[in-house]
Amino acid sequence: MPRPAAVSLGGVSKHYAVPGGPGVTALAPIDLDVHPGEFVSLIGPSGCGKSTLLRIIGDLVQATEGQVLVNGKPAHQARLDRDYGIVFQDPVLYDWRTVARNISLPLEMLGWDRQRRASRVAEMLDLVELGGFEGHYPWQLSGGMQQRVSIARALSFSPALLLMDEPFGALDEMTRERLNGELLRIWQQSGCTIVFVTHSITEAVFLSTRVVVMSARPGRVIGIVEIDVPQPRTVDTREEPRFFELVTEVRERLRKGGAAEALAEEELLLVEEER
Amino acid sequence: MSLQPVVFPGRRYRAGRRARDWGPAVVVLVSGIGSWQGLVTALDIQRFLLPKPTEILSALRENWSFLWGAGWYTFGEAVGGFVIGGALAIATALALARWPPLGRALLPYAIAANAIPIIAFAPIFNNWFGLINPVSKMAMAAVLAFFPVMINMLRGLTSVHPSSIELMRSYAAGEAATFRRVRIPNSLPFLFSGLKVASVLAMIGAVVSQYFGGLRSTSLGLFIKEKAALAFFPEAWAAIVVASVLGVAFYLAIVLVERSALRWHPSVRGVRAE
Repeated sequence: MPRPAAVSLGGVSKHYAVPGGPGVTALAPIDLDVHPGEFVSLIGPSGCGKSTLLRIIGDLVQATEGQVLVNGKPAHQARLDRDYGIVFQDPVLYDWRTVARNISLPLEMLGWDRQRRASRVAEMLDLVELGGFEGHYPWQLSGGMQQRVSIARALSFSPALLLMDEPFGALDEMTRERLNGELLRIWQQSGCTIVFVTHSITEAVFLSTRVVVMSARPGRVIGIVEIDVPQPRTVDTREEPRFFELVTEVRERLRKGGAAEALAEEELLLVEEER
Repeated sequence: MSLQPVVFPGRRYRAGRRARDWGPAVVVLVSGIGSWQGLVTALDIQRFLLPKPTEILSALRENWSFLWGAGWYTFGEAVGGFVIGGALAIATALALARWPPLGRALLPYAIAANAIPIIAFAPIFNNWFGLINPVSKMAMAAVLAFFPVMINMLRGLTSVHPSSIELMRSYAAGEAATFRRVRIPNSLPFLFSGLKVASVLAMIGAVVSQYFGGLRSTSLGLFIKEKAALAFFPEAWAAIVVASVLGVAFYLAIVLVERSALRWHPSVRGVRAE
């Protein structure tokens, strides 16, 4: 039996009802398959519903129509089975927990015993290169370090799927590029599937095996760009001609999708609705 | 990567900083009492308007055994009321946060009730629970302590970052787990703000309630009222000093509990705005 797709979307749409109005269609019907081990980025203008789509995959938002399968199961069942880890734009660390206890939070939820948790936390700290910080509290860390803790937490229970919602969006460019490199290493080490939401074209091209380009609202898939830049990707990757070609191709597709015309005000409105 | 764990400053540094933190306040206290004494003497202010600190001190010494006994008794009433009111407030906040329709139904009345001058009920409580029964004073303290604790705790339970809740949902966590692991820890700093206000209010409630009657041997409030009526002002002031010291001690006790319970909180870890 072939392995089921990591994520399979069939005609998934999202419509927000607005009292006294026609409502807002955030997502037009979307079909998309993500295969196991892939790194797929969703890119599009702000307010195109890419974060909403990610939350639909995670069963944190209900699709209005369509079928969402994660590892061949309905998204709801996949959530109950803890099939995915999630990383948000904010690190969402619990201030009252040390770094180690933040990372072990999902392990507690899974009922792991203390010893097993401790050894896994040590592994994860190594993975995100935060050894020595296990006893620190989140406020004692920089933004980039906090986000690494968040990634360690998401991966601590070895989910087959990692959902990431603009995880590096709030970081400065240099930190972002460094964490991009680390994320690729972690992805290759763990072998998980990643669905990654971003609005940075270079980030999407650098990280992904495929980039899914979405249009302005209502969000639809207007193109899928295969990223054939060879692995492993390094700092030099960003200077290769093929990298620039692909960045240009993604940018062109975004432009055709009307990204440039997206109205800032409307975007803000929808981002708030998404929250 | 050459990241180094943060090293916290040592004990000697902390002792030095503590002296810097407390020094100015001690200077203000000493010079305040000194200039009180000096001004009352220099301006020849009448004793019934403002007694000298030395007169208050001798009144304190003469009435010490009564003041200390009544002070502790009053303090006990305040603490009893604080515990009852605080416990009910925490339970109420948890219930209102757990079942939002309940909150929507009851919260407007809770807020309206909070605007009532509750202290006006002191004579009623004395009548309900008995003038010399400490429960009447505890009831007053409890009602006063209830609102700040309930409102603050509720705010702490509900002002959780939406992503924190989404994170728990991604772990298939139920309501109980979300409360235990997110909402309740998140509410603790708010809870302690409420408890600190409540500790002060409970002491006020107990003393004011005693103004309306109680057992003479155990009532700081009754003593203040009677001495003031007889123009024994240094004695009244002495009792106020005892009530104040116990009130401050109560407040500081809450602060100490807060510090040990909220070790993780930046305000407790000595992070200061530069």
